[in-house]
Amino acid sequence: MLRFVLRRVGISLLVMLGASALLFWLVTVSGDALADLRESNAENRQTLMNSRIRTMGLDEPWWSRYLSWLGGVARCFTLDCRLGVTRNGVDVQQLMGNAAVTTLRLVVLATLLAIVVGVAVGILTALRQYSGFDYTVTFLAFLFFSLPVFWAAVLLKEFGAIRFNDWLADPLISPLVTVLLAVVLAFVLQSIVGGGPRRRLTTGGIAFVWIAVSLVVFEETGTFRDPSFGVVPLAIAGAGAAVLTTTLVTGLGHRRVLYAALTTVALVVVGSLALGGVVDDPGHAVVLVGLYALAVVTALVVGWAWGGSSRRQAMAVSAVTATLVCLLVLMSKVAEYWGSYLVLQPRPISTIGASTPGFAGTFWEDFIDKGTQLVLPTILLMLISVASYSRYTRSSMLEVLEQDYVRTARSKGLSERTVVTRHAFRNALIPITTIVAFDFAGLIGGAVITEQVFGWKGMGELFQTGLNQTDPIPVMAFFLVTGSAAILMNLLADIAYASLDPRIRR
Amino acid sequence: MPDPTQPGDEYAPQPTDSGISPVPGHVMPEVTPGRTEDRSYSQGQLVRRRFFRHVGAMVSLAVLLLVVLVSFTSIGFGPVPGWWDKDFARAADLVDGGRPTLQLFPFALGEHPFGQDNAGKDYFALVMRGTQISLTIAFVVGIVSTALGTLVGALAGYYRGWVESVLMRLTDLFIVIPLLVLAAVLGRIAGGGGPVMLALVLGLVTWTGLARLVRGEVLSLRERDFVTAARAGGTGAVRTVVKHILPNAVGVIIVSGTLAIASAILLETALSFLGFGVQPPDVSLGSLISTYQSAFTTRPWLFWWPGLVILTIALSVNFVGDGLRDAFDPRQNRSKS
Repeated sequence: MLRFVLRRVGISLLVMLGASALLFWLVTVSGDALADLRESNAENRQTLMNSRIRTMGLDEPWWSRYLSWLGGVARCFTLDCRLGVTRNGVDVQQLMGNAAVTTLRLVVLATLLAIVVGVAVGILTALRQYSGFDYTVTFLAFLFFSLPVFWAAVLLKEFGAIRFNDWLADPLISPLVTVLLAVVLAFVLQSIVGGGPRRRLTTGGIAFVWIAVSLVVFEETGTFRDPSFGVVPLAIAGAGAAVLTTTLVTGLGHRRVLYAALTTVALVVVGSLALGGVVDDPGHAVVLVGLYALAVVTALVVGWAWGGSSRRQAMAVSAVTATLVCLLVLMSKVAEYWGSYLVLQPRPISTIGASTPGFAGTFWEDFIDKGTQLVLPTILLMLISVASYSRYTRSSMLEVLEQDYVRTARSKGLSERTVVTRHAFRNALIPITTIVAFDFAGLIGGAVITEQVFGWKGMGELFQTGLNQTDPIPVMAFFLVTGSAAILMNLLADIAYASLDPRIRR
Repeated sequence: MPDPTQPGDEYAPQPTDSGISPVPGHVMPEVTPGRTEDRSYSQGQLVRRRFFRHVGAMVSLAVLLLVVLVSFTSIGFGPVPGWWDKDFARAADLVDGGRPTLQLFPFALGEHPFGQDNAGKDYFALVMRGTQISLTIAFVVGIVSTALGTLVGALAGYYRGWVESVLMRLTDLFIVIPLLVLAAVLGRIAGGGGPVMLALVLGLVTWTGLARLVRGEVLSLRERDFVTAARAGGTGAVRTVVKHILPNAVGVIIVSGTLAIASAILLETALSFLGFGVQPPDVSLGSLISTYQSAFTTRPWLFWWPGLVILTIALSVNFVGDGLRDAFDPRQNRSKS
């Protein structure tokens, strides 16, 4: 396994070396680095030109500039990176630090969400093939494929941000909209749940009433401006998450697994109350990650203790449940501080920039601020990936469901849930890992456009100004970050591939 | 993508009769030559039939042809004049603040169906000009990248050995640089040379996916018996590939080629939006959106039309590609009851 991974990394590094030389050369020949100075009327024109020629090394051939850049990068192995200076003499590393974090935060978040949503939707459409839900999702997927990102971005800005902010100032839902929303959601739900006409009608009816009533209640109680909820709903939702995870992974028949998951929920909820002070003001995001790790470790111990004969499953289910409950706690915190955030920032969804300039609030208000800036770009980046992932998952799931071993599993009397989650799902995921890794480079391309539209100072900006000024150094910095991210992504995909398909572990 | 390890059994004859009839005295229906079940079809005919019966693909094809027809006949192309009398470069007086005069009920184009921009240029003519250029680029990119991808994939798959290693590492090299970045750099070099030059250069970077697919197909096809037979009969390498292997991979090639056109139109418009694609005075659908995006609140139609046209073209090309995929590889639809 280790040799396999090392070989893959080695090949990727060689390919990146070649690609970096190619990109460096292309950027240097793409234009004239002195173009703006040649046209200027400044008196010290010649001095400026000379100094730029010196900074950028324009009197040397491109390969010698490339080699000196490569020499600087090679020093990264001794933890002393020299990525070069831009044509104005600014150190690229300074420019890069924040930009890389901003871009990667966006791309990674979009990828993760796209995988979860895309795979879930793909599986559901495969299981409900040729239903109304399937056709709708198929059409939407094609629509999202064909959407010009920059055009959709402007639309999202108008309708997702400006109109939403207007609405949030005085959140009223007209009866017509309430009914429409409820009808649409009820239709989708009954289509997913499926079954005979009677069951569909019941599902749809219950969903319709439930959604319509909660929308009215939300409006009456002002939930849209202050959605905070107490510990009881948190515990109920947590228990729901535990039951759901157990049903999906092992089935409710495994009592020990269910009890392990429920114990985990209780422990995490109690823990979040006991450590209330820390959760309220953790000071730094690292503390939150630490708390999450603590929750997972607790879950693993609980699973181990309850497990008995199904110890491995109990531990896995508890860990997943702990993650879900932690997300719920996070949500409850965001909901709690949403009201006070709205006081500081009356128009929450922003259309420009990665954070509100000069924003000063508590930890959670700051968290919400960063989050609301991320909402629109993430949705935008997600849409396209979700479309392709759901299509690929659907077709690979359909193909797997036709295999002989699935028929065998059905014929020996396993429940449909077991067949889908244990026999089909895992094998259907194998092609997806490749697609996700392959798609990552495309997502970065999408991020360049998204950042441009939303006015973020990210890697895309670095790349664009670099290219416009025929300055290879910032472009190479961009490539270094995105290329390494892509290699890492491919590596993760390889590892996932190997763990899903034992045949390739050689 | 069809699994190369599975034998292509999708064209295997299906029994149309279940054998023993439960009804006593059952008489076999008389065979009439015009009935579809009894005639034999060539593979090409089967594919064509499946494609022409795909409603979504047919509607999309009609829409696409309509867009092509309208864009090329309305303002004319090159020296050929069109039926639309306004010039996309000439400014005129603003009529009604430049609002679109297009009416659906009753249908009427009016003076400026898509409105006017802030300088008074007729926006219909501008959008049609942009559509022409974007379509031209998309089709040229599709053809160039399909040809290149097929060539590289076939060479790598057929010759194996060091040829394959070199070509596939070259493909990896192009894949590791994000496509938009590579295209932007090349677009900046070629942008001054006009749209066709830009299209050729974009074709040079978008062939990688197809090359991988074709290589996979060729790798599995070259092990088949008919290829061995051809080679045993003394057929040369070029003839084997062109006459025996590629015709069997034509489904993959055509489908990917179609989808390449759809992604090319999105790539070109994105590049033009960023300013690395089509350069003024030429306009493309992307550069129109880029120019007028700030006008969304004051003159929203300047923003809506080009975007809707891009969406229409990309969507219909994608649907046509999907129909072709279903036609060439009907395995996915087999479980439809």
